[in-house]
This record gives sequence, C-alpha cells and structure tokens, in this order.
Amino acid sequence: MLRRTVEDTPLVIVALLLSCFGVAMVYSAGQTDVPSIVARLYRSQLMWLGLAIVVAWVVSRASVRMIEWAAWPAYLLTVALLLLTLVIGSGAGTAASSKSWLTIGGMRIGQPSELAKITVVLMLARVLAARREAPKSLLELWKPALIVAVPWLLIMAQPDLGTGIVFIGIFFAMLFWAGVPWPLLLLVASPAVSLVLSFSTGLWGAWFIILLLLVFHYRPYLVEGVVLVLANVAMGVVAPLLWERLAPYQQRRLLVFLDPQMDPRASGYHVIQSQVAIGSGGWFGNGFTEGTQKRLAFLPEQHTDFIWAVVGEELGFIGVTVALTLFLALFLRAVRVAQRANEPFSSLVAFGLLASWFVHVVQNVGMTLNLMPITGIPLPFFSYGGSFLLACWIGVGLLVRISSEGRGQPGALAI
Amino acid sequence: MSFHPHDVARRARTARIVLAGAIVVLASAFFRTQVTRHEQYALRSQENRLREVPLPAPRGIIYDRNGKIIAENVPGYSVSLLAPSRDSLRATLVRLGQSIDISEDRIAATVRRYQRAPSRPVVVLADASFDEVSVLEEHRTEFPGLIIQSAPKRFYPDGEAVSAFVGYTGEISEGELNAPQFEGYKAGQQVGKGGLERQYEDRLHGREGIRFVEVDARGRVVREEGARTTLPAEAPPPLYTNIDIDLQRLVVSIWGDTLQGGIVAMEPHTGEVLAIHSAPGYDPNRFVGGVSSEYYGQLRDDPRRPLFNKAIQGRYPPASTFKLATSAIAMEEGIASLDTHMQLPCTGGMWYGSRYFKCWDKRGHGNVTLQQAIAKSCDVYFYQLGLRIGLSKLLAGGISLGMDQKSGIDLPNESSARFPANPAYYDRLYGPRGWTNAVTLNLSIGQGENDQTVVNMARFYTALATDGYAAKPEIVRRNPERQQLLRLDAKQMAALRTAMLDVVSARGTAGASAIEGIPIAGKTGTAQNSTDKGDHAWFVGFAPANDPKIVVAIMVEFGEHGSSAARLASRVIGAYLKSPTAPIPSTDASD
Repeated sequence: MLRRTVEDTPLVIVALLLSCFGVAMVYSAGQTDVPSIVARLYRSQLMWLGLAIVVAWVVSRASVRMIEWAAWPAYLLTVALLLLTLVIGSGAGTAASSKSWLTIGGMRIGQPSELAKITVVLMLARVLAARREAPKSLLELWKPALIVAVPWLLIMAQPDLGTGIVFIGIFFAMLFWAGVPWPLLLLVASPAVSLVLSFSTGLWGAWFIILLLLVFHYRPYLVEGVVLVLANVAMGVVAPLLWERLAPYQQRRLLVFLDPQMDPRASGYHVIQSQVAIGSGGWFGNGFTEGTQKRLAFLPEQHTDFIWAVVGEELGFIGVTVALTLFLALFLRAVRVAQRANEPFSSLVAFGLLASWFVHVVQNVGMTLNLMPITGIPLPFFSYGGSFLLACWIGVGLLVRISSEGRGQPGALAI
Repeated sequence: MSFHPHDVARRARTARIVLAGAIVVLASAFFRTQVTRHEQYALRSQENRLREVPLPAPRGIIYDRNGKIIAENVPGYSVSLLAPSRDSLRATLVRLGQSIDISEDRIAATVRRYQRAPSRPVVVLADASFDEVSVLEEHRTEFPGLIIQSAPKRFYPDGEAVSAFVGYTGEISEGELNAPQFEGYKAGQQVGKGGLERQYEDRLHGREGIRFVEVDARGRVVREEGARTTLPAEAPPPLYTNIDIDLQRLVVSIWGDTLQGGIVAMEPHTGEVLAIHSAPGYDPNRFVGGVSSEYYGQLRDDPRRPLFNKAIQGRYPPASTFKLATSAIAMEEGIASLDTHMQLPCTGGMWYGSRYFKCWDKRGHGNVTLQQAIAKSCDVYFYQLGLRIGLSKLLAGGISLGMDQKSGIDLPNESSARFPANPAYYDRLYGPRGWTNAVTLNLSIGQGENDQTVVNMARFYTALATDGYAAKPEIVRRNPERQQLLRLDAKQMAALRTAMLDVVSARGTAGASAIEGIPIAGKTGTAQNSTDKGDHAWFVGFAPANDPKIVVAIMVEFGEHGSSAARLASRVIGAYLKSPTAPIPSTDASD
C-alpha cells in the first residue's frame, strides 16, 4: 500500500518557496560589477538544496522514536565535535579569527554548531519530556540548563556570540513550551538582565526592586531566592570585568549597535551600508540583481550575513513583506505541528526547531536595520552556506515527520 | 510536563501572538526605513556610487582689435584620480610614479589637494603629454580610479610676443583657494595667473561641466558613461582687446636679441592700448599648467629680468621726457610761453649756489627760447624755468599731472609712479635743513626724486597729443575714460606740439628718427643710471603730430641716449601709420 510520503504539504511548500527565494537572492548577490567568486556560488547552493531536500526526505522517513533514541548519541557526538573544533577549528569570512569551522587538511567540513542547534533541541526535548510535570523551581531546571550550557559554553569559546544567542532562545522557548511558568523564566533570565543593566546604576537598581518583588511573588525555596539575588548582585559586579574581557571587535560591535555613526568608516560601516541599501529600495526595490549598493560592493557579506539587505534593496518593501510573510507562515505551521503532536517529545522538538529559526530570522533581519547588534548569524533558507541549509531542511524533515505522526495521523512509515 | 491540550492550546496562542507580533514589528521597521525614509537613503545610495568628475571648461578666446587670435584653447589631457582614502591615493601615486614621472613634492601636493575635496577626483597632471597618456592608458586596469580626459589647454599662438600683457593660466594655488575672489573655485581648476588672464578671470573662465562616473566601494571606477546625464562644459564669450597683433609683433621685433626695456603704444583719444611689450619676454605657453623649474630658474636668473614687466612695473627717472611737464606747468602758471628766453644763456652748464649744473651738451645751446630748449633738450634752460616755477608749484603741478599715480591700465601688478607731493617730502627724506633748492633743478629736467613707469608716461603724452585730456590705457575694449590734465588753450597746446615736432627734426635731438610723410612729435630722454651699465634711453611721442593716431612711450634700459629709443619708436609709428589696417590720417601731412 502506497502512502503519501509527505503529510504536511503546506509546510513543505513554504519551505520550498523560501529556499527558492533564497537561492535567487544568492544568485543576485553574485551579480556584482566587479566579478567575484560569489558569482558562481548560487550553483553550489542549488546543489546543496537538492542534497538538503533528499536528506530531509530521509529524515522524514525516520520515526520519532528512533530520533528520540538517537538524541543521546547525537548530542555526545556534537559535544565531541565542538571540542574538536576548539582544537583544530578555523575561522571564515568576517569571523576569520574565531574557530567555528571544523577543518581537516585545509578543507572546511562544516560548522558543528549547526549540528548542535538540532541535537540540543532533541536532547532538551528528551529531558523535558521525561518529566511528568513542568519544572516549578530553579533546582529542577539544572538538567535542561546543563544540556544547553555544555555546547553553549563550547560555542562561546569559539567565540560565536550569535550562535550562543540562538541557544539561549531555544532554551527559553522550550522551557516555555514545556509549561514552565513565566515568572520562573524571568527569574532564570534575571542574572542576564542584571548583566546588561549593570552599566547604568539607576536602571540596575530599578531592576533589582522588580526582581525582589518577583521573588516575593513567586516564593521559591529560600536557598534559590538567596542564590538568585546573589547571582544578580554578582552579575552587576562582574559585568565591567566581563566587558574588559571582550575582544575589541566585540566591544565595538556592541557600541556601534548603540550608535552606528560612532565609527561610520569602520565598525559602523556594515550596518550603515545595509540600512542605505534597504532604504534605497523603497516600495518596489531597484529591481532583481540591480541593487547598486550590492553591485558596487558597498554592502558587505551580501551573500551570507547581509543577504536580507539585498532583498530590501532589490525587491523593496513588497519583497521584504513577502519574505517575512513566508517566514511567518513557516512559524505558524511549526506551531501547528507542535500543538498537534501526539506526545511531548515531538511537540517540544517542533517548538525547539521553530524557536531556533525564529531567533535566526529576528536576529539576522533585525541586524540589517540595526535593531539587533551585528552577530554573524545567517538567515535560514537564504544565506549562502551548505551546512546551514542542510540543517534547516533536516528541521523541515523532522517537522514533516512529527506532523505526520501527529494527532489522528499515523506515521508515514512506522518502524 | 503539562501537556494537556488546553495548556498546549493556550501556549500555542501565546506563541502565535509573539511570532506574529515580532514579524509585524519587523515589517513596520522596514516600512519606516523603506517607505518613510526612502528619499534620504536613496540619496545616500547615490552619493555612495556616483562621483562628479568635473569637465574643465574652455576659457574665453582673446582676440585682437582685428579679430586675430591672441589666446585660444587647444586639446590637452588631464590625468586625475578618484581615491577612497588618503592612504590609497598616496599608494596609487607611488605606483603611478613607476610609469610616469611624479616627484615626491608633487605627491605631497596632490595629497594635500585631495584632502580639500576627497569625493572629487584629484588632478595629478593638469597637462599630461601624449606620451604620458599612452603609457597610462596601457596600464589603465592597474589604476581603477584613474580618470584621463581631454581638457582644453590654453595656447598663445604668438608666444613670447604677448608675454607682457596676456599672462598665463595654471592650476589654482592653495593660497588663491582661500582668497575671497576665488570663492566657488575648486582645487585642480585652471585660473588666470597674471596679465589679462588674471585681470579678466571672471570673464574668461568658463562653466565647468560635470560627468558622473560610477564607483564601487573601493573607489574604483566601474562605469564611465551613462550613470547620469552629463552636464557639458560651457565656454564664455570671447574677450576682444584693443591690441593690434600685427603691430604687437613689430613692437616685439624692434628689440632684437639684445635690447631690453618697455614700450607702450596707445591710441591717444581713447586710450586703446595697441601694443605693449617688455623685452625680453618669455613664452607664456611654457607656463600653462605649471612651469618647469628649469625654465623658471632660467628666467629668474637671467640678468635681463624677463619676468619683470618693464612697461608697467619698472620705474625709471623720466629724464627729459618730463621737460614737457615742466613746460606745461610753466605755461599754465603763465611763467613762460614758447618764445620766452631765460636770463642765462646755455654755455654747457650753470652755477647754482656752490654747484655747477651741467647741460647734457657741454658745447652749450646759447640763448634759446622754450621751443628751442625743448627741441634741443637744453638742461640749462629748464634749470632756470624750474627755479622760476618754484619747488612747491613744480611739485603740485607734477601731482596734478598724475606723476605719482598708476596709469590705470587693466593689468594686474602695475606699479605706481613716484613723485614728491610737496617740499615736506624732502624734509622727511633729508631733514629740514639737509637739502637745498638744487632739487628743483634736478626735478625740472626729470631727474631726482621722480620715477615713472613707461605706461604712465604714455598716458601723460596722450594729454599732450590731444586737447589736454589724458586717456586711461585700456587693453580690453571699454568706454574710454579721459581726465583733464592740462589746462592750456588750443594755441598753447599747438605750440607745445610744434616744439615737440622740432625734436624729431633736423633741429632736434631725434632728427635721425624722422619719417618721410609722417610728422612725429615727441621728446627724448636720457635717464642717469647709478649702475655702470649705461643710461636709460627714453622716447615718448605721437604721430601724426597734427592729428595724432598713436602715442608711443619707450624706455630702453642702458640705451645710452634718447635718440636710440626714438629710432625704435619711429619704426613702430611708421609701421602702424603705413599699415593698411591702421586708421588713415585724416589730413595729409605734406611736410
């Protein structure tokens, strides 16, 4: 008996549309007045897309049970690869000094952090799904926190701030989906808030009062409460020290985020040129492949980190809106999959993947308008890069599988 | 975990709101950037990619009075560079230096100019040779910001012959850029650097055109044409001058290779300058776009001082040419008329106080009238005439004749003539008791504290040639400006002219310069010169004496005697009045 191999047609169509849109933009990104290697990259991106769809299809044939079983080994493998990357990794592109690529014999194999985004989702889903009740106290969160913290620390050591942010996003989103109450989430996040606000004593003081009220309202165990408050105090104290520890380029990025005009020729250059490109697009854009900011190389990293600026410049507000709508459609479809999944693990995996994409999109798109600080994280389905496209489509494959095993729908192929 | 469908549905609703909310926030941010602020960013984008390349405008053509060309434009090439940064410019210039000759100083100067307007192409070679251009064209791809374009280049067909008045053009200097008169000028532009080119800069400079080239982020020129419509350069209307270029050539030729001095030829009624020269001259074409230090050094070190304009800048004692001023002052004061005799006849000199004042001719002129004294240039007569006038009136008379003025010729850098305003001048110079009335004797024969430019003497003689009104010398056609210098009646004027006619006759000092058929009136002068190179020779005169068409003032440095200057002047007068283009004398001069 032949079964439909794809159960969630809308999801796949949206993902395909986004991918085609993306490849078209990679092609356009290569159309510059001074020809560069980028001109040919769309072909390899197309090949990667083909491969990614095949892999996604294979993944969609694997049962959720098998995936759940594979979570542990995959997670351990990921951690091992991340460790290996720290030893023999190399940088690329704008982040040439960091070690995010696994390189063997000069060949860049891929970024283990891409793999980590999926395996951490799987592992976190496993740990959270194993509990009957959602964690209600900080102490109960140690396990999920550890799952995320290990790869997160390894990635921050590369250092790759952007990917680190993705993991934080995944962590909080999945805790939320697992039913962790929001005051607890806020308490967990409070040290980070302290870290940011500590640069202004007044703001930090105000935050501290809110925190105390929150602790009082939520009534955690005494020890937890004390630890939390102490953690916040500690963060406020170490923040300036941490700031000193940041590499100069990281400091500049953060300062430039606050004021791009501070250094318009150097650090602020990227985001200013990106804004100019997007703003000059107007309603309908300058026409596909016709963007002058891109053609004349004013726009940096136009095929990877700043590919969204090419969309804005060449297709205008209309093109931006179409693309954003496609992303929203993908997200909402993923929420639907998560909601309809027939057991917690699948549901959490679906939501975790969604969170990962969402953080990428908001971060990358926001960065092009300086709504977010510049971190080198790519735009799902758009940015040039094989392993990332592959990871996105593996996510699509997982969602399709989860969708097909969802409520009232038997698995595509039950093993 | 709590996985009850109700809980899940509730969280899913929250998630949908957050997701949709985030996308709406993003979309509205893009709306603000792309729609609300589109104009601003579109402009920034254009500024990023378009560079204005100025198209140098041709300068106005300068014509002589007969429509012959004095200054024109010929095709040339300029080489400029668009550079994204100072360091990049410097590096490119150093690399350019491997193909063409660029000195270290030139690189530094170019970088300084660049900093004035970094988005404009900086001129590297304002006037590149064909060889340089072909070398650069060959290596064009190695220099992405290189702009080679045709640029009109100033050319003076007569070269050295027009050097006394035309000036030359060159790149605007840093000092000039800061001057208010060059407001609106930009670094790298060509401006007039002297002579007519400077004087009439506002009329001669054209309107620069603009070509837009497209550059990439590294400042490399990606598209030369069609990025935006080119605004063509516009030439201004031509400048018509009073110069008679044929006469000018002759005026230049009379000096030969050895003589040096200044000459001005004018139309006496209108002040039109027909010719003006300072010998030796220089080739203004070699100054266009920057003179080579070699040529400049050669001119600077030449003892004959080619760069010093002897017609408008040089100041010399007018010597006996001033005797007409002394005569006119005396006649105005009613002290003398043409047939007045002096007390002492000329015996080759006279005693005044304890000093013996010589006449130039030690044989003496005897008892002469004013008319004869002018013709023979008798110093003894004029010593006595000066004493009769008195120092105060002599000085006041000289001042009223404009002997302390500029002629007002429309050229930059004219020197003012010098003449004491009153006897107090001598008090200041020598102390109240440090001088005697002997200065009057010197002054009355045009020596002493009296320094005149050639052009100012020419101006004075236009008053003698006409009805007492002096015409302001004008090279470019304007409305004549005349000023009454001499308050003499027609009879007195005619008498002075008769005396001057005698100068250029067998009876006078310049008899050898007489021309058959053209009565020339004038006065020679031999200015004592403190150096041992010889006296300066003067002649200022006009012709035809009865109806003057031309005034010529000439001063030959170290020319020894005025008669030599008169011979040169008479060649000019003869050529002008006999030439077919010159105005024909209204009355036929029979003798």
